[in-house]
Amino acid sequence: MSLRERLAAGGFAVTAEISPPRGAAIGPVTETAALLRDWVDAVNVTDNQGSNVRLASWAGSLAALAAGLEPVMQMTCRDRNRIALQSDLLGASALGIRNVLVMTGDHPKFGDHPEAKPVFDLDSVQLLWTLRHMRDQGALLSGRPLNPPPDCFLGAVENPFAPPAGFRAERLGKKVDAGAQFVQTQFVFDVTVFARWMAQVRDLGLPERCAILAGVGAVRSRRGLDFIRDKVPGVEVPDDVYRRLRAVPADQTAAEGARLAAETVQQLTQIEGVAGVHLLVAGNEQAVPGILDGAGVRADRDGR
Amino acid sequence: MGPDGQLTTSLPIPAHPRLGIRVAYRLQRVLRPRPGLRRLSARIEASALGRPLFTGVERQAKETLFGCRMCGQCALPATGYVCPMGCPKELRNGPCGGVGADGGCEVYPDKRCVWVEAYERAASQGRAADLRLLHRPADHRRWGESSWLNYWQGRDEGLWTTVAGDTGDEGPARHHDRVRESS
Repeated sequence: MSLRERLAAGGFAVTAEISPPRGAAIGPVTETAALLRDWVDAVNVTDNQGSNVRLASWAGSLAALAAGLEPVMQMTCRDRNRIALQSDLLGASALGIRNVLVMTGDHPKFGDHPEAKPVFDLDSVQLLWTLRHMRDQGALLSGRPLNPPPDCFLGAVENPFAPPAGFRAERLGKKVDAGAQFVQTQFVFDVTVFARWMAQVRDLGLPERCAILAGVGAVRSRRGLDFIRDKVPGVEVPDDVYRRLRAVPADQTAAEGARLAAETVQQLTQIEGVAGVHLLVAGNEQAVPGILDGAGVRADRDGR
Repeated sequence: MGPDGQLTTSLPIPAHPRLGIRVAYRLQRVLRPRPGLRRLSARIEASALGRPLFTGVERQAKETLFGCRMCGQCALPATGYVCPMGCPKELRNGPCGGVGADGGCEVYPDKRCVWVEAYERAASQGRAADLRLLHRPADHRRWGESSWLNYWQGRDEGLWTTVAGDTGDEGPARHHDRVRESS
């Protein structure tokens, strides 16, 4: 069952994330895909995450597909203009990559080439709109016809925790208007704030038009915790979460992080309108089975 | 270089508008396109001296008031008069997900996110719904042009829209009439 089908059927979907290697080999992607295949519906393949050069998202997506795991190809607006982005969608669709996740992207300043020219020719809303237009109207931005048009399932991201709090649900509304069919959120550490955002999302009628997957991270080490708190733009780690993960001995941070993630997933399943979770576990994929078991969501999964 | 010979390459850095939001919306009502302004702007545009002069005055005024970078397709009326081209990612449908908890810009944390400020200013006057409009992709051929002349000439119509809903078949591009004009 594909991600699109599972969401259409109203099942609880699980996605995870693969960070492609910094190198010209596909092995690491294939190995991770094999590990995750039996646990998740689809896996995001990041697009030069954090503005650091990695193997291309489309190539990683193809490798995941070959390894029997459905990819979600991430596409940022940071490095390519509207010509390249449209061309990439055609290539991805032609080669069987259906899920595309559109985001603005981190600024180059934060990566390994801070001197690079930031492109940002389109923003994420405009890119979603463009891709939907290509699929539904069979035409490029220029108006030229596509034969045949691409087939794609369009995703977006949203950060429920960043200011302005009063506008974050509306902003998802803009993305849904532009074409988003599913959304993955930034890390949910504060379930109360997330639930408040979800209430606004429901008031706007968005869960009927767009599947909402809540982002859940599994902290692996104290260093990772500090990195998420201090270095990931737009992420806040609440004090009680930070204290809880610091309270255990350093060699048990990973276990406690997985327990916290499982509890969070479990709480999220209780929130009306949440269609699934997106596990932000790149580099820590072996934690996935434990998190899903701990949260008791595996029971929902048919035949696996 | 823009058409009037001025550099258009300043970096996008968030700017805090110096014009109060109430005055800005009042000016918006006074200066909205109408036949008189349309005729006047057509004459300015046709004048070899008047056009660069007018564009220069606009540049000075808008740079001082809004940190304008002369994209030539002004979004200010729909963004609480905070310039989105000062966003380091030049988002016309912001804000991005990297805004700090204090409302600071991801790239320049000591500056306020232009979209946070846009939301606050628009909402303070009951115009928060403006932020829900979908802005079309920018036409990068227009950098350096006078956006006031473009506005009064009706060339800015459709820079943003509400009609892109699920079943909307309207595409995101609006500039192809210009492509045909010039080809």
